[in-house]
Amino acid sequence: MAEWINDFRVKFINNFITDNRWKYLLNGLGITLEVTFFSALIGIFIGFIIAIIRSTHDKTGKMKLPDALCKLYVTVIRGTPVVVQLLIIYFVVFASVNVNKVIAAIIAFGINSGAYVAEIVRSGIMSIDTGQMEAGRSLGLNFFQTMYYIILPQAFKNVLPALANEFIVLLKETSISGYIALQDLAKGGDIIRGRTYDAFMPLIAVALIYLFMVVLLSKGVEIMERRLRSSDR
Amino acid sequence: MIGEVLIKVENLSKSFGSIKALDGVDAEIRKGDVAVIIGPSGSGKSTFLRCLNLLEVPTGGKIFFEGTDITDPRVDINKHRQKMGMVFQQFKLFPHMTVLDNMILSPIKVLKQPREQAVRKAVELLERVGLADRMNAYPSQLSGGQKQRIAIVRALCMEPDVMLFDEPTSALDPEMVGEVLDVMRKLAGSGMTMVVVTHEMGFAREVGTRIIFMDEGKIVEEKSPSELFSNPSSDRLKAFLAKVL
Ligand SMILES: Nc1ncnc2c1ncn2[C@@H]1O[C@H](COP(=O)(O)OP(=O)(O)O)[C@@H](O)[C@H]1O
Ligand SMILES: [Mg+2]
Repeated sequence: MAEWINDFRVKFINNFITDNRWKYLLNGLGITLEVTFFSALIGIFIGFIIAIIRSTHDKTGKMKLPDALCKLYVTVIRGTPVVVQLLIIYFVVFASVNVNKVIAAIIAFGINSGAYVAEIVRSGIMSIDTGQMEAGRSLGLNFFQTMYYIILPQAFKNVLPALANEFIVLLKETSISGYIALQDLAKGGDIIRGRTYDAFMPLIAVALIYLFMVVLLSKGVEIMERRLRSSDR
Repeated sequence: MIGEVLIKVENLSKSFGSIKALDGVDAEIRKGDVAVIIGPSGSGKSTFLRCLNLLEVPTGGKIFFEGTDITDPRVDINKHRQKMGMVFQQFKLFPHMTVLDNMILSPIKVLKQPREQAVRKAVELLERVGLADRMNAYPSQLSGGQKQRIAIVRALCMEPDVMLFDEPTSALDPEMVGEVLDVMRKLAGSGMTMVVVTHEMGFAREVGTRIIFMDEGKIVEEKSPSELFSNPSSDRLKAFLAKVL
């Protein structure tokens, strides 16, 4: 037992302390959070616009061409692996310009997440009674005012837990950033593995950090869901 | 006092696919009118009312509101909707807003009123219908009758020239019908022009200045209440009255 503890200590020092190797994890975590946060913002932005266009089309039959384009986007994004999308953004779209890898990843994951957010928000908008739009319009509000003040707040509240879950998935998905040699959390662990020839410790550490963040965020979603339900008067 | 023509409907028609909901309707609503529309279910009453503020886009015909043909696609319908209040069977309050916020939203956003002015007007209207103490409640905390009274004063906050009611008491428990009809009666008494679809024949007879009987997408008869109830001329109206009276 004492031997095992000693062995663990040596490995721990070798993997994390020597040459400040823990910095790969810390810096990687920073990159992971940065990519997740900004791609979530882009995802929300793209997702809401697409959701509004598509549900407007579903309800009124207007905006045929924009709706078709949105549908195409959602189909392509949801129909191809996100790692392929990331590679295409970095090596094809930005092939000739020297773009920061973090930016490339944020754009790729943002575009990816936009398609999923769009479907979530669209289902939220469609779940609101058409009477709400009619009531808003009959009071003289125009279409966009009614969307903004009446439909979207209700839709958003309905889909908030689903949206939060989407961003938890996104957090985990950014772990493929290593494909474009971006040193995120997962890549950080992998770099340590390459230095120490010890796979167990750095990879388990990485897994635990992801797990910790996901559990924490899920807990937050749970609390939020309970709050929302209790405010449903 | 019945005054000048406010709404003039010419040869209005509306089809949903093969269903002719409205089939060549002509009508005139004058200032101060309380026009009550009656008729069997599916006869096109709601469609007629909803066409008046273009919640349904007519398939044919014209609607003049205060002299403007609002079926002209170049017309800004939002401008005209501000002048037409609408009350629905299902209240359609905004559930995520308090009573007060429900009422001041469009005066602030559409009429660009300062918030204080909108609130003052809203509170005054709430007092008139006895609901000032419910100002900060959410719709789900109100009874059906209260919701409908709020829906009425919400529409009144826009100071409309005409109020459209689509079966405002049909979704209410019987004991709440009276409180809503009371508000409508007072509103009519204040001179508001009203178009009311209802099955409340007592209200129609007492408050209506004209009764319009619709059947199968057409206006079949249009008379003063006393004449219509005592002397229905068409068989269809006779059959309808026999059922509802
Ligand atoms: N949105 C719609 N789509 C298809 N048919 C409709 C729609 N709205 C009304 N209708 C049809 O139009 C006819 C008239 O309906 P409506 O105006 O609601 O009648 P009422 O209010 O007198 O009961 C009915 O046959 C109804 O089924
Ligand atoms: Mg109806």
